[in-house]
Parts: sequence; C-alpha cells; structure tokens
Amino acid sequence: MGLRTGTFHENYAQDMAIFHSGLQWGIAVAFIIFLFACPLFFSDRILTILTTMGIAVISVHGLNILTGYCGQISIGHAGFMAVGGYTSAILCAKLGWPFWVALPCGALAAGIAGLFFGLPSLKIKGFYLIMATIAAQFIIIWTIIQLRSITGGADGLSVPKPAIGSIILSSKTNYFYLVMVFTCLATLLAKNIVRTRAGRAFIAIRDNDLAAEVMGVSLWSYKLQAFFIGCVYAGVAGSLLIHYFSFASTDQFPFMDSVWYLGMLIVGGMGSTTGAIFGAVALKLLDELVTMVGPILSAAVAPQAAASLALISHGLIIIIFLIFEPRGLHHRWEIIKAYFRLWPFSHQEIE
Amino acid sequence: MTFFLQLVVTGFAQGMVYALIAIGFVIILKCSEVFNIAQGHFVLIGGYLGYTFLVPFGLPIWAALGMAIATAIVMGLIIERLILRPLLGEPVLAVIMVTIALATILGGLATLLWGAEYKAYHGLLPTITMKVGEISIPSESLIGLIVSIICVVLLMLLFRYTKIGLAMRATAEDLQVVQSVGIRATTVYAVSWVIACVVGVIGGILLGGVSGANMDLANVGLKAFAVVLLGGVNSIGGAIFAGIILGMLENVAAGYLDPLLPGGGLAQVFPFLVMIIVLIFRPHGLFGLARIERV
Repeated sequence: MGLRTGTFHENYAQDMAIFHSGLQWGIAVAFIIFLFACPLFFSDRILTILTTMGIAVISVHGLNILTGYCGQISIGHAGFMAVGGYTSAILCAKLGWPFWVALPCGALAAGIAGLFFGLPSLKIKGFYLIMATIAAQFIIIWTIIQLRSITGGADGLSVPKPAIGSIILSSKTNYFYLVMVFTCLATLLAKNIVRTRAGRAFIAIRDNDLAAEVMGVSLWSYKLQAFFIGCVYAGVAGSLLIHYFSFASTDQFPFMDSVWYLGMLIVGGMGSTTGAIFGAVALKLLDELVTMVGPILSAAVAPQAAASLALISHGLIIIIFLIFEPRGLHHRWEIIKAYFRLWPFSHQEIE
Repeated sequence: MTFFLQLVVTGFAQGMVYALIAIGFVIILKCSEVFNIAQGHFVLIGGYLGYTFLVPFGLPIWAALGMAIATAIVMGLIIERLILRPLLGEPVLAVIMVTIALATILGGLATLLWGAEYKAYHGLLPTITMKVGEISIPSESLIGLIVSIICVVLLMLLFRYTKIGLAMRATAEDLQVVQSVGIRATTVYAVSWVIACVVGVIGGILLGGVSGANMDLANVGLKAFAVVLLGGVNSIGGAIFAGIILGMLENVAAGYLDPLLPGGGLAQVFPFLVMIIVLIFRPHGLFGLARIERV
C-alpha cells in the first residue's frame, strides 16, 4: 500500500502507527465529533438504527478477530451474544447488580462459553469447526430455554433500565451515547489487538497453522485466546442489545443472525477492522431498505413478499460479494483512496 | 418393552430417510469438496413440491414424484452452474458461506411461493400397514423406509455399473488424475448436485407425507449434518449406518427423556449434542478416513 506523497516512514513505530498524518487525525476527530453530535439533528428513529448498527459493529469486530484474523470460522456468534446478554440481564434483574458491573460479567461469561466451545478447534478446522459452532448456537439457546427458573425460558426476562451512577439511560439519546462510546473503544481495541504479538500470532495461524506451530506459535494458547476475545466482544454486544430493549428473549439471538454477522464480515472484507465497520453498516442499511420496501412489495405482490425479500436479498448480496468482490467493501475503499492519493498519476498496482 | 421397540422401529424408518438426505450431502462432498449447508433446504423445497404436485395439481403419486424429480434436476443444474461454478477452488469459508446464502435464498423462495404456511398432504401417499407382534409400523414410516432403500440401491448401482458413476468415484479419489484422463470434472460436479437435489426432494416428499410441509423441514438438514459427522464425512455406508443409529437414538431419547424435562424438545437439540461429542472425541466419524496432514 503506497503512502501519500510527502509522507515518509523512518522507523518501525511510524510504520505501525494507526494514523500516518495530521490529516488522518483530523478526519478521525471530525468523524467522532460528528458521531457524538448526531442526536442534535437526527430523529429518534435514525438514532435507533445507529444504535443497533453500533451494537452490530461491536459484535462483528469480535467475529473479525476470531474469523478474519485467526481463521477460526464461527457460525454461533449470536449464541455467544445470548450468553453475554442473558448473564448481564440476570445479574441486573434478579440480583439487582448495577449495569456497569453486570456488563463486564456478561462479557466474561460469553468469553468463557467461547473458550468451552472453542476447545474442539484444537482438533478440527474448516467445516468441522463450523458445525461445532452451529451446534454451540443451538445448544446455548436450548439451555437458556430449559433453565426457565433463572432465564424466564421462552417467555423472556424483563430487565430494568440501565443506570450509571445516578443517570438512568432511559432515552434513546442517552443509550446512543453509551453504545457509541463502546463502539469507539471496541474499534480502537480491535485495531490495537491485531497489532500486538497475539494479533500477529492470529494472522500466522490463519495463513498456515502448521507453519505457525513450527515457528513456535502455540496453537493451543492463541486459538483459545482468539475465541475468548471474539466472544467477549459478542458478550458486550449481547448485553448492550438486551439492555437497549430492556428485555431478554431468545428471539433476539436467532441462528440467522450468526449467519448475518459472518455475512457482514464478508461484505465488509475479512481481516480488516475498517471492513468490519463497513460490513455491519452496509448490511444494516440493507435491512432498513428491506423494511422500507417490504410493505410496499407485500401490498403489491403477496403478503409474504416482505419476509421472502429479506431472506433473498441477504442471500443474494452474500453470493454477489463472494463471486465478484471476495475481498469486500474494504478493498473497494482502498482502491478509491489510492485513486485520490495518486491523482493525476493514477497507475499503481494494489495488493 | 413394546414402547421401546415401537420407538426403535419408528426411529429406524425415520433414520433411513435421514440417511438418504445425508447421502446427498456426502456425494457433493466427495466429488467436489463442497460442504453443502443447503441440503436441508432441498428437503424443504421437496416437501412443498410434493404438496404442489399432489394437492393443487391433483397428480397421481407416481406422476407427482416424477415431476418433483424433474424439478430437482433442473434446480441442481442451475445451482451448480450459477453459484458453485464461479467459486471453484475458493477457500472453504467462501464455499460454505455461498451454500448458506443459497439456503437462505431457497428459504426465501419457499416463503414467497408457498407463504411459509403449513401444507398437509397426509394420507395421499399409498398406505401399507404392517404389524409385527404388538408393534405396529406406521404406514408413512414404512413407505419412507422402502423408498429410501430403493434410492440407496439405485445410487449404489449407479456408482458401480455406470460410466458417470465411475467418473464420480474417480473424482472423489483424485481430481488431477481424473482431469488428465479426459473426464470433465464440471460434469461430475453438476451430476453430484443433481443427485443431491433429487435425494433431498425425495426425502422432503417422504417427510412431508408424514408430518406435512412447513418451514421446519429445513431443520432436517441439520440432523443430516449430525448423521454425516457421526458416519464420517466421506463414507456413504457410514451415512446410512449413522442415519439409522441417530434416528433410533433420537426417538428413544425423546420418548424417555422428554417427559422428564420441563421444556421438552430434546429431539431438536439432540443432533447437536451428538455433533459436539463426535467432534470432540472422533472428528473423522465412525467410518471416515482420518486425514493426515503433510507439509
């Protein structure tokens, strides 16, 4: 990847920096200011969309570390979100713990569930691991429904509105700020995790696990670390989701969501923090489009058209991206950036 | 004891249908190394196709079966050509995701065409009743058993005595050798998808005849995965054996344990418990080949 004209890296620290120039710093700060100014000029409906987008971004970051960087494919991500969400919901609703204690506990519980279901990954990979994670999804949801006395079973569990200190996060604006803070922190953390020793080990395992092991990367330790980190992210996202609706139900974590999170990763571009954000935002926008177009189509064609449009459009977009742009939106974005960086001398090979 | 035997017999017949569906999965896997998550949705489409040809069209059972198989053949060819062919040689995640996306699209199509409603065509399949001692074998199970056995035998004959069967077995063995002797691998892939669609659709009609067609039929695919993992992913014989075992276990477990559990529904989660246990202790299944990786 070429650098902007006039930017030179003279040492390793500069090479590894997230922001290479003052301009990038400026854009990032401007974007964050814009993000936090959103409630000033957007309606509650758009804030709701942005909040769910933020939660999806957190979840997809976790999946990106697990699948995009470490190569351990998981189609049970919604299940791990359910573990995190239900743990923090139970702690809040039944034991009366404050929200800011329950959320990390939920994240930890999801991480431990991830460790448990990540154990088979030491022996198996590829399709077998996918089946194991699908099994994890169904077993987790089934267990939650069975433990009716604690979780409320299929009826769900209502959760008090989250409060931090004396501030009760009851309005959409409050909660939007909370989720955005978490999203920004999660993004920063994800970006940094992949620059650490563990991140490099994940990439080595993804590219060739045998070679990585020969080079001294402990597969046992790092695969489980990847599962733990990925599922902690899922746990945070799950708790945020449940507290947002003040209600916990297994319907919030369907199997198809696990598939969509992976779909977001593919659409955005695997193995890229920016890609995870792009993918989550793009597919959530598609969701919104479908909910807008669906009723019109239902009225015009048949009542069930809306439901089938959602399924078919999601399936098609994943197929289209896999066939025509397997590297995802992130790659397109890099091409666009390179074009402007090099203009008018627009000829450079992009990796 | 009668209760137990009854469960075992019903489970056996049901397991044979699972085995049939699982075979479709194994054939695709052996020939083209694609893990077809959409196998359950072929069953779903099959269940609804059976309804369409039997009830609104009012065809006799044999004609309906023929029409459904013809539709399945066209479906298999289209799927292979449009969706799988462009992804030849892509990494495993891409191929699996594309079959998941395919499953979603098939689910969407079923919703669009049949409204995701429950469509019963109970009693339209021919009835045979049989009683062994005190155990009565339900007619639908018996039909399922017979049709499944016929299909399995036909497939065995296809693999053993026809040219395309030989080509498919050879492709499963070594793709490069097959290509170097002038066999078109793409034809083999297309045929394997057609077979998978056909067995899926037949399985769908059989299961639909028992319990009616609804969107839950797609979940049978998940049971087929458990069957495949238990039997070993690249063994057709293993799939048959494991299908029968799983069908029996599921029925017996549900029959005895469901009354003890408050929520019930053990039958739904049972295949996944089997799956996790198999994956942890014997990832290559009972009859599969343990893969040895060499660098």
